[in-house]
Amino acid sequence: MSAAEPVLADVPERGPGGRVPPSRWLSARLLRSELRLIAGRRRNQMGLLVLAAVPVLIAVAVRLSSPREGRGPDFLSSITSNGLFVPLAALGVELGLFLPLAIAMLAGDAVAGEANLGTLRYLLTVPVGRTRLLVTKYASLMIGALWGVAVVVLAGAIAGIALFGTGPMLTLSGTEISFGSAVWRVVLVSLYIAAGLAALGAVGLFISTLTEQPLAATVALMIFTILSWIADSVPQISWLHPWLLVDQWMAFGDLLRDPPFWDNIARGLWVDVAYAVVFGLLAWARFAGKDITS
Amino acid sequence: MTQPLERVQTSASERDLAIATRGLTKRFGARAAVDGIDLVVPRGSVYGFLGPNGSGKTTTIRMLLGLVRPSAGTSSLLGQPIPKGAQAVLPRVGSLVEGPAFHPYLSGRANLRRLDAADLAADPRTSRQRIDAALDRVGLLATAGKRYRAYSLGMRQRLAIAAALLMPRELLVLDEPTNGLDPQGTREVRHLVASLASDGTTVFVSSHLLSEVEQMCTHLGVMSDGRLVTQGSTFEVRGGAAPTARVLTDQPTVAARILSELGLNGVEAVPGGVRGTPDGVAPEKIVAALVEGGVGVKEFTVTSPSLEDLFVSLTGEGFDVSG
Repeated sequence: MSAAEPVLADVPERGPGGRVPPSRWLSARLLRSELRLIAGRRRNQMGLLVLAAVPVLIAVAVRLSSPREGRGPDFLSSITSNGLFVPLAALGVELGLFLPLAIAMLAGDAVAGEANLGTLRYLLTVPVGRTRLLVTKYASLMIGALWGVAVVVLAGAIAGIALFGTGPMLTLSGTEISFGSAVWRVVLVSLYIAAGLAALGAVGLFISTLTEQPLAATVALMIFTILSWIADSVPQISWLHPWLLVDQWMAFGDLLRDPPFWDNIARGLWVDVAYAVVFGLLAWARFAGKDITS
Repeated sequence: MTQPLERVQTSASERDLAIATRGLTKRFGARAAVDGIDLVVPRGSVYGFLGPNGSGKTTTIRMLLGLVRPSAGTSSLLGQPIPKGAQAVLPRVGSLVEGPAFHPYLSGRANLRRLDAADLAADPRTSRQRIDAALDRVGLLATAGKRYRAYSLGMRQRLAIAAALLMPRELLVLDEPTNGLDPQGTREVRHLVASLASDGTTVFVSSHLLSEVEQMCTHLGVMSDGRLVTQGSTFEVRGGAAPTARVLTDQPTVAARILSELGLNGVEAVPGGVRGTPDGVAPEKIVAALVEGGVGVKEFTVTSPSLEDLFVSLTGEGFDVSG
């Protein structure tokens, strides 16, 4: 038996021994593929439609019920003089269930979904290093979180501006700010909420490494979210509240004060980071040495 | 049964081996799915990894590819230790593990694009042409735009083989590659394996169907109940079993006496005649002696035992019986 000649002579771009050229170490091809996979899935497209429908519904409902210009109470008419209240209200409504559900679905697909299809074993034998796969999956979850929030905000902003115009915005402190600075406030709120959802994504990623059933991972993350909300509303366990991921989520309203009130926002962000780090590490510890038998 | 293992291991250093394992073991709970196997797969060989369903073939392959951690023992692919060197060596290894698995709502081509995107060793500039070449090689180019869920089992199997061929490979690990293929497809896979092997690619192909690998393998290894019961070149494995001479005649007693006198071993009566093991006695001598002795020979055959018989004797069961 003669030893085989390597059949790689015609591939000059690859170093000897199939080594990867350093220029490709930070290649974003896998992440792009991941995002295409998420964006191309019909179920996710439907989910985005649902996310976008809520602000439109709010805008139309408020428009239909709000009294005519000049005759209504001062407060309502001054809120509704600026369409940007619509995306903010929509975010407040969807943060309870719809946005976490969107993350839960993506997280379920991330590892458990690939394991369930069997595609996980083919990714790992490509090879994709397990750490690289997890990092890519988490990056796509973070982008997914931002994506979901952006869809709510954009749909809300378009519907709101179309129906209520671009007047000055009334802050929660009672002052008025220009439309331009209102836009910035909305961007800040979006980023803050996306950060919270991204932290939730880390929890979801960990759960996703525990099972081969994507639906089980999705349901488990929803249970985690809802239990967090419930625990956060029980005053008898107030000592626990600062440790709950969702505790400061609704604090995004502080960004709508004049000037913005940063304390709770900072606390919320710290909790987000802590959850992302702890559950990211748990997911890695679980996944790095796991036997892939699916 | 001879164990050619030692001979091969001493003649070939680890570097010349595409796959080498020592005492490779995987226990699930108390049960050992793979029990201390020493695989020796020379470079350039087409190695048939045989065994009944459930004999530990797929678990072995999962360990070789770093998907499952062994409970004990070591393994190396192309000279690199597994799982430690998996990232370095796997780009040179194409694999098909336990059937095809792809995203159902993506097309065949989009699925390959995704796998290619995942491969850091793959040049994005040549991605399109490599994908098309792989699809072409398995005859899927015309249906590459269809969603995977619309593929038949045979097409899915072909797509999985195409995925293994996205990059030039030094080693292909194919787990049951002809599963679900029609006879035509099975033949095509056999041709494909032969043409890859002639390019110098080592092919490690597992199967529970003896007939499909028997014709293309230069080496064989047989698993039974988690153990490697024999391995070596096809010639060596076959040579382990002695041929049988069979005479059909109306005078079995005379024939049996003559065969015994000639020095044949294990002479015994069979329906319509006698048989024995020639043990170096030339067939023409046997016939001449029989005719000289006045035996009316209706039929005379010398057969090596079929591999099928050999494996049943090794594994103690038929090939389609789960272990």
